[in-house]
Amino acid sequence: MSIRRTKPEMPEQSPRERIKNFKEVPFGYGKEIAIQEANRCLQCKNKPCMKGCPVEIDIPGFVACIAKGDFDKAAEVIKAKNNLPAISGRVCPYENQCEGECTLKKLGEPLGIGRLERFIADYEREKGKKPPKKPESTGKKIAVVGSGPAGLTCAGDLARMGHAVTIFEALHDPGGVLMYGIPEFRLPKAIVKSEVEYIKSLGVNIHYDIVVGKTITVQEIMNDYDAVFIGTGAGLPNWLNIPGENLDGVYSANEFLTRVNMMKAYRFPEYDTPVKMGKVVVTFGAGNVAMDCARTSLRLGAEKSYILYRRTETEMPARAEEIEHAKQEGVIFKLLIAPIRFIGDEKGILKEVEYLKMQLGAPDESGRRRPIPIPGSEEKLAIDTALVAIGQSPNPLIPQTMKELKIGKHGNIITDEEGRTSIPKIFAGGDIATGAATVILAMGAGKRAARAIDAYLKNKS
Amino acid sequence: MYEIIEKKLLSDSVKLMKIKAPLVAQKALPGQFIILRIDEKGERIPLTIADSDSKEGSITIIFLEVGKTTKQLGALNVGDSIENFAGPLGMPSEVKKYGTVVCVGGGVGIAPLYPIIKALKQGGNRVISILGAKTADLLLLEKEIHVFSDESYIATDDGSKGHKGFVSEVLQQVIDRHKVDMVMAIGPIIMMKVVSTLTKKYNIKTLVSLNPIMVDGTGMCGGCRVSIDGKTKFACVDGPEFDGHKVDYDNLMLRNRRFVHAEGEACRLADVQ
Repeated sequence: MSIRRTKPEMPEQSPRERIKNFKEVPFGYGKEIAIQEANRCLQCKNKPCMKGCPVEIDIPGFVACIAKGDFDKAAEVIKAKNNLPAISGRVCPYENQCEGECTLKKLGEPLGIGRLERFIADYEREKGKKPPKKPESTGKKIAVVGSGPAGLTCAGDLARMGHAVTIFEALHDPGGVLMYGIPEFRLPKAIVKSEVEYIKSLGVNIHYDIVVGKTITVQEIMNDYDAVFIGTGAGLPNWLNIPGENLDGVYSANEFLTRVNMMKAYRFPEYDTPVKMGKVVVTFGAGNVAMDCARTSLRLGAEKSYILYRRTETEMPARAEEIEHAKQEGVIFKLLIAPIRFIGDEKGILKEVEYLKMQLGAPDESGRRRPIPIPGSEEKLAIDTALVAIGQSPNPLIPQTMKELKIGKHGNIITDEEGRTSIPKIFAGGDIATGAATVILAMGAGKRAARAIDAYLKNKS
Repeated sequence: MYEIIEKKLLSDSVKLMKIKAPLVAQKALPGQFIILRIDEKGERIPLTIADSDSKEGSITIIFLEVGKTTKQLGALNVGDSIENFAGPLGMPSEVKKYGTVVCVGGGVGIAPLYPIIKALKQGGNRVISILGAKTADLLLLEKEIHVFSDESYIATDDGSKGHKGFVSEVLQQVIDRHKVDMVMAIGPIIMMKVVSTLTKKYNIKTLVSLNPIMVDGTGMCGGCRVSIDGKTKFACVDGPEFDGHKVDYDNLMLRNRRFVHAEGEACRLADVQ
């Protein structure tokens, strides 16, 4: 029998159709395709895929269950390690992780592990999730600051170990970047809410409108809880620092996406928060957030949506799938270009961006070839809206208000591999410790920290 | 949910509300603000804290009904609740002994000035207050502020009370008569700009409290960015108070007009309903 060399495509909305709506782009595998794909798995003894998984899922284990058609068991295997599979099954950069290590790559395409994870998560959600049996209570209380991927994972794992967990969330919705950052068409908010409901069903409490550092201090939390996990993310937007960046029409990616995703500006005036979208939109940067901005712009009615990037496609940090989706939808990539100033009209409304062309030089400390400006190559482009998506820095609120905590030069909380900070009772993980990275790395950090917190509490008692 | 426990009409379009928010009340200091969202479909809007009572667990807000959210808020009554109320946000006013401090408040900006005046007076300063409004009917907290002021002056555009004209003209007279150590100004952007231009001539330290458009209020979106001495600062976490001599007021005015069109549409639709 010959082995199929490619993973089946997920059916998805056509680009022409989907740029008119905010519905999710791919529909996911059906049962038959999932079983068929799971049967491609070689069940390697050394399980190379697992080395690429930050949350340690038993990948061959759950794939084998799907191959046999036992989806409930597959869900159980995944859930033993990952409480948020419907999220990671949608936003993980699988190509660099599990699928990057898959033996099938030698024959063709790797196993569609991400798609299979998503299939099981969706199967389980539609069927109705059952929380596992409540473990015996340890009597320990743990506070988690921030309900993003790191905080939710840490909270879920700790609850399953029998600890009483309370999450403090600054905003009015749970999920952090899953809610305000990643658009509906990539990660539907109903799915985030359903995953959060599951975490709550494990016994986790979530308090909203609590800005830790302002409403309550970390010090106060430490008096009331046995340990604290800080997962406040990388919320601070980076700027281009060029003239004209404060003109009307220039947004940080965070402001633009928060308005659209969390505040639902795409449904204005049904929802009260507006967003102003011009005809020609330019997004600066080429990570996942930049792709999200460029694709969201099209859905809000932009006639032209550009990505301006100072390097080439090879150096783009976005997932391959996001770049591909953006291209299919008609996003125009202008590469080897760096903006030098924004120009406004007499009222201060953005009308042009001036930029320089670049060429690639020797690799820099990131290992990517450094862009070098070509003198005299200035050009202008008429634009209505500019979205700055060149990265975020760690949220400064807790570091500012907690002087005893050791902070790195990028404003990140310094931790070891397991999330221990310079203060024994305080743990941290995700973007607040590493700087802006991925959802799955934050989940992995939350998981390791949960284990370290559990060990710390056991040693103490 | 956060309950409205008191409501007062200060004028036709200015309302005072006391909101039950014990955690916020425990921490609130003069100069700070809160962000509220009325319901699931609502916008997050910042409002400066006009007073707080940690025993009662309440925060007082005073707001002018200018847009859809503030009009909707104004229509709520005692016993109603609002969905979200987060704070206290921003850096508190730096209350210390300056000597003679002139506090200039314009319009609804008088409300957040009140707790600062109180704190400055209790901090041992000689406080001179100058309050301005379009007409006498629109003057807020006149009696309350008078109690904590060593001298107080009024200016109205139509001359219906006090000096006929701008607060800056009264401030000029005060500067002519007294040695002024600090000026605190809160009000319309143009008022803060004029006051800062005047005090700069005399090299008098001046603080202003800025009210740009915000979304999250926790330093995440940068929608509230202001240019201070050419550097970008976020009013929500670095402010809302800044050195009045360093603020780019024209840019702030421009950025506060960003959604005027959408706001008009939201109000029109809300009125139709």
